[in-house]
Amino acid sequence: MSMIENNKELQVAAIENGTVIDHIPPHQLFKVAALLELDKMKNNTITIANNLPSNKFGSKGMIKISDKFFDDTEINRIALVAPNVILNVIRNYEVVEKKQVSLPDEIVGLVKCNNPKCITNNEPMQTRFEVVDREAGTLKCHYCERKVKKDDIVIE
Amino acid sequence: MKSKSLVSIEQCTKEDILRILDNARKFEENPNRKLLEGKVAATLFFEPSTRTRLSFETAVNRLGGRVIGFQDASTTSSSKGETLKDTILMVSNYVDLIIMRHYLEGAARYASEVTNIPIINAGDGANQHPSQTMLDLYSIRKTQGKLEDLTITMVGDLKYGRTVHSLIVGMSHFNPTFHFVAPDELKMPDEQKNFCDQHGIKYYEHSDFTEDIINQSDILYMTRVQRERFTDLEEYERVKNVYILKNSMLEGSRDNLRILHPLPRVNEIAYDVDDNPKAYYIQQARNGLFARQAIICEVLGIEI
Ligand SMILES: [Zn+2]
Repeated sequence: MSMIENNKELQVAAIENGTVIDHIPPHQLFKVAALLELDKMKNNTITIANNLPSNKFGSKGMIKISDKFFDDTEINRIALVAPNVILNVIRNYEVVEKKQVSLPDEIVGLVKCNNPKCITNNEPMQTRFEVVDREAGTLKCHYCERKVKKDDIVIE
Repeated sequence: MKSKSLVSIEQCTKEDILRILDNARKFEENPNRKLLEGKVAATLFFEPSTRTRLSFETAVNRLGGRVIGFQDASTTSSSKGETLKDTILMVSNYVDLIIMRHYLEGAARYASEVTNIPIINAGDGANQHPSQTMLDLYSIRKTQGKLEDLTITMVGDLKYGRTVHSLIVGMSHFNPTFHFVAPDELKMPDEQKNFCDQHGIKYYEHSDFTEDIINQSDILYMTRVQRERFTDLEEYERVKNVYILKNSMLEGSRDNLRILHPLPRVNEIAYDVDDNPKAYYIQQARNGLFARQAIICEVLGIEI
């Protein structure tokens, strides 16, 4: 294999079946990866690219996961940090569906409450947040009632 | 109420509030009613609060119930690392009702989710203390003869004071007008002001505590300005005496004006106010007993 072909392969990394998540804001890329629990996927080929040129946003991140199709509750989590991402469902090298993400009304687990005096940070239990402002991405802890702004969201 | 536990004043509808206050009045007429005969209540005070605990325990006793519990978590299994869930489930085996105070915020809501026994929140950190709000509402209704269309002036620490935040929610059903009087560092947060805007509640903000504001008020709700709340201690020194109510400031006030304070007070109400018939903070605390009796019966579904 020549050097040129090798480079080409690295850039394209097209997947036969799976999901391509596009238009991720570069600074949120690793939060998106954490929200999708990519670190727990052992049998999927995962390609992560960041700071790619983008016509819309200047630069963007992208994640390709082979042989993985997300259900809506799994994927809507990422609306927390990246509301404008596009999800491409790939089958046999073709984009068969493009999906947008939308924030659920409630987020169970995943997000850590920023209040150190919150019961959720002191008891083995799941966190629960209500989405109180969809536009701004503001969450409210179901327990201590403290609000968390989008930029302050910490993933557990 | 939606749930049979009382965790937050926000869960109470207008009808819930009025029903509980009506029942509290019956308990003021006769506090000794054997409605809890044969029942046991637990008072679990993971954080000590003598005033609140005595009020709740008196309420249970006057209803003919019995009380078990603790008043200091350092002597219980939670200091040995037992989870709150386990403590609540263990106590749930023994009692008909759990009254709990905890230093962690959200503790009461979580407790209400892990047990089928009704929970009454007697304070969870800086979060909620609904029985205080209920006794404030009772005191306001009793002294004014109504809850509708009143002008309420809140003075002092409006930023961290959970009692004033909850009182705004509790009063929101009754078309109030608020005056918020606070130093810049302790102003009413945007969240509460947004709540007022959304509910069409009129409010005015002031940094000076003047007789002009007092003279427009039906209720003067004083709170403590604590030194430890200030990042700038010079600011504290500058404002600490500005928010002190003195008897001379009440000369032009309305006849129906009453002065409330969640207690304990430090120096924000001068002692010469105590003898003024408009001072109501001591009776206010007494009303806590009746409000708590009514709350206990409410969560247990007992008709009075
Ligand atoms: Zn919380």
